Amino acid sequence: MADAVEDVEFRLLLEAVFRRYHYDFRGYSMASLKRRLRQARERMGCATFSQLQDRILHDRTAFPELFSFLTVQVSELFRDPAYFLAIREKVVPYLRTYPSLKVWVAGCSAGEEVYSLAILFREEGLEDRTMIYGTDINPEALGRAEAGVYELDRIPLFTENHRRSGGKSSLSDYYTAAYGGAVFDKSLRRRAVFSDHSLAADQVFAEVQLVSCRNVLIYFDQPLQDRAIGLFKDSLSLKGFLGLGSRESLRFSRHAGAFEEFDRAERLYRKRGDA
Amino acid sequence: MTSPRARAIAMGASAGALEALSAVLPGLPGDFPTPIFVVVHLPAHHESLMAQLLRDACRLPVREAEDKEPIEPGTIYLAPPDYHLLIEPDLRLSLSGEEPVLFSRPSIDVMFETAAEAYGPGLVGVVLTGANSDGARGLRAIRDAGGIGLVQRPDTALASAMPRAALASCPDAASLTLEEIAQYLRGLVASR
Repeated sequence: MADAVEDVEFRLLLEAVFRRYHYDFRGYSMASLKRRLRQARERMGCATFSQLQDRILHDRTAFPELFSFLTVQVSELFRDPAYFLAIREKVVPYLRTYPSLKVWVAGCSAGEEVYSLAILFREEGLEDRTMIYGTDINPEALGRAEAGVYELDRIPLFTENHRRSGGKSSLSDYYTAAYGGAVFDKSLRRRAVFSDHSLAADQVFAEVQLVSCRNVLIYFDQPLQDRAIGLFKDSLSLKGFLGLGSRESLRFSRHAGAFEEFDRAERLYRKRGDA
Repeated sequence: MTSPRARAIAMGASAGALEALSAVLPGLPGDFPTPIFVVVHLPAHHESLMAQLLRDACRLPVREAEDKEPIEPGTIYLAPPDYHLLIEPDLRLSLSGEEPVLFSRPSIDVMFETAAEAYGPGLVGVVLTGANSDGARGLRAIRDAGGIGLVQRPDTALASAMPRAALASCPDAASLTLEEIAQYLRGLVASR
């Protein structure tokens, strides 16, 4: 079984991070968080979690390095193209009926999904009536989202994803290559706002018609997942849409009853009219 | 060698996986007492046919793991392509999109190590055919936690590198043919 002392130290470390830096990882999935913290412990040259705790409590400059291990930043433009195709073909027809639209990309990392939706909404002629909110707890990722610069070697994958998502234009219309990076068009950010928001600590901030939160909930335990899904439920307008990652579902959530399955394969849900 | 305490089986396979799994899993009876977690290396962005093929062949239910699914006995859980499968201490499954480990996602090591923490001596780890060294570190973790290690005999494996690496890291693991592994697992039913 798991080392009992290490387990105590692990929980104390999370408590220390919360009290000192106000980031709450106490409700994260323990198995993967512990793996990542063990990597951090090794990389930061500490023998135990207690040493690591001592270090980050007394040395503020050590925290950013630990923080980079605490969150997982993996995304692509138009990741899982079939998901974006389903939004385009099945969700957009409903969204068209609204005079103004708000979209919340929760856990937006470096903004890949915000740019994907900005391009999709432009292609579908909805851009001018839409605001897209991208939120994350990682300031460094938000900075990269704001900059909208991605490594050039990721562009072939992004281009192929965009095409398979039913893209109606060429992805190259939206970026210029410079200094080894692809710089996405500033005009895509005209209707996008990136800001700091924690699904573990913060509240609802807007009424939205679409929430996209993909491969974020898998890092949360069940109570924290329920908290996040509760926020989505409360911020969605009646009959609003919720999109999850390809292996995530509401099956084990206490809010499952507030939603109906809209597209099972693409993990799209719709808030019930009476929820 | 039979462990009356077995509470879960953790299995990993790579090149030649379908053939090996087809020799081991379909023979298990419908009243098999423990969950079986299976990680197979599959190319990313491809839907897995593996689950369908095994489902048709097995008496036990075969499912692709869903995030936060409570673990049920007598069920075969497959790691979905492009996600790591982890076992939580509260005996739920969880998935993760973290970096590949040894170029693999899902990673056998990640599943084995977290299962070893969750089940300790109650875990049986099984390393089957494969052309890399995934699973070697994880099987070591299973043995260190007091669990049992079974490895497909390298000369009977379609690809012998993975069993060899597992035996190198766990020289005390049992080196068995697929039929012997199947027999061992069937013995877990009788020992109840």
